[in-house]
Amino acid sequence: MQAPTLVTQAAIVAGRDVLRERRAGEVLWVTVPFAAVALLLIPLAISTDTALLRRIGPGMYWVVVLLFGVLTAVRRTAVETPAQRDAASLSGIDPAASFAGKAAANVVMLLGFEAVVGVVAVVLYDIELTRWPWIVAVVPLAAIGLGLLGTVAAAIAANVGAGAGLIPLLVAPLSVPLLLAATQALDSLRPPNGILAWVMLMVAVDTGLAVAGVLSSRALMDTG
Amino acid sequence: MGARVGSTTILRDVDLRIEPGDVVGLFGANGAGKTTLLRILATLLVPDAGEGTVLGAAVDSSARIDVRRHIGLIGHVPGLYPELTLEENLVFSARLDGRRADEARSALDQVGLTRAAGRPAAACSHGMQRRAEFARELMRMPALLLLDEPHSALDAAAAELVTSLVAGVADAGGAAVVVSHDRERVEKLATRTVELAAGTLA
Repeated sequence: MQAPTLVTQAAIVAGRDVLRERRAGEVLWVTVPFAAVALLLIPLAISTDTALLRRIGPGMYWVVVLLFGVLTAVRRTAVETPAQRDAASLSGIDPAASFAGKAAANVVMLLGFEAVVGVVAVVLYDIELTRWPWIVAVVPLAAIGLGLLGTVAAAIAANVGAGAGLIPLLVAPLSVPLLLAATQALDSLRPPNGILAWVMLMVAVDTGLAVAGVLSSRALMDTG
Repeated sequence: MGARVGSTTILRDVDLRIEPGDVVGLFGANGAGKTTLLRILATLLVPDAGEGTVLGAAVDSSARIDVRRHIGLIGHVPGLYPELTLEENLVFSARLDGRRADEARSALDQVGLTRAAGRPAAACSHGMQRRAEFARELMRMPALLLLDEPHSALDAAAAELVTSLVAGVADAGGAAVVVSHDRERVEKLATRTVELAAGTLA
């Protein structure tokens, strides 16, 4: 029996996680509505001045994406019971493929999450969508970074038996470069500021997280 | 080999050799270390002392990950994903094993779960979930089969699955270890029995 390649294994794991979430609907029916409500409450708490909201809109959007987006990595269907982890391990899955598959599923869900919450933010904060091709680059880069970060944090929390409570503490400090870069990138869309440096920072953070995650996957994902 | 959890010694000086074709019945009181020994044999737990090999891979080496696809374990708690159907659960295992997806369906047929194949695992009884796990191992036919209290939650007909699965593995040149409190049943299956008492093989 020929074992599937690492890429195929990762795709199988990602497919499983997406299917589980599609059935459970936790991100769609719990996380997204709460994030939208948070975006709605901020103007009520600060001001309804349109110019001010337009200025703080991108920053508020990314804060909400960070805080609520991380919850997608700790959704019930992303956390495996010890028996499920044992069964998956004994199916011969490589820990690196397991990490990559889980991260890929998280990224897919975060992209959907960012898109829906993005529409809400544009409507509520009247965010300008000029130079939209750059937004198309920044949003997926943030999803990849947060997806990788959430996968690493969830694996660490599972290994030390700390539960989901530890995850925000792990993710919050490590996500600072991503949050800064994403906010600054959207802010610098107004000419003549340059966006490229911020996009490159996000690419560097994503690459670093992917390499660190794969290299430490045996320690992170293995049950033994 | 030996194993500890925190400062508590679970296994001490355990020396066990299992040959192809062996069916080992493993007995012992609650807390004797049976499940810990099973997890070490499954390469899911690295012993704290001593050394050993499973299917040619040292239990404390990274090579153990490569032999896992030849090991089957059915524990106390089913490891199925509750949102997925029984068939989807088995297809997941089949695809990771490089098998065709339709092998999952025929394995479920073999254990009498044809009509329940499309039902989410969460909607199935504990006994049905266990039968689905037996179907998974029938499909995989591992070289080393590890069963922890396999007869619990099974009706008489389903209990026969344990016998046929263990016999199938042994006939194919594999080996099985069956942990149980049901000494009478397991002695009928086993080629030899061992007893764990306070973390040591008696």
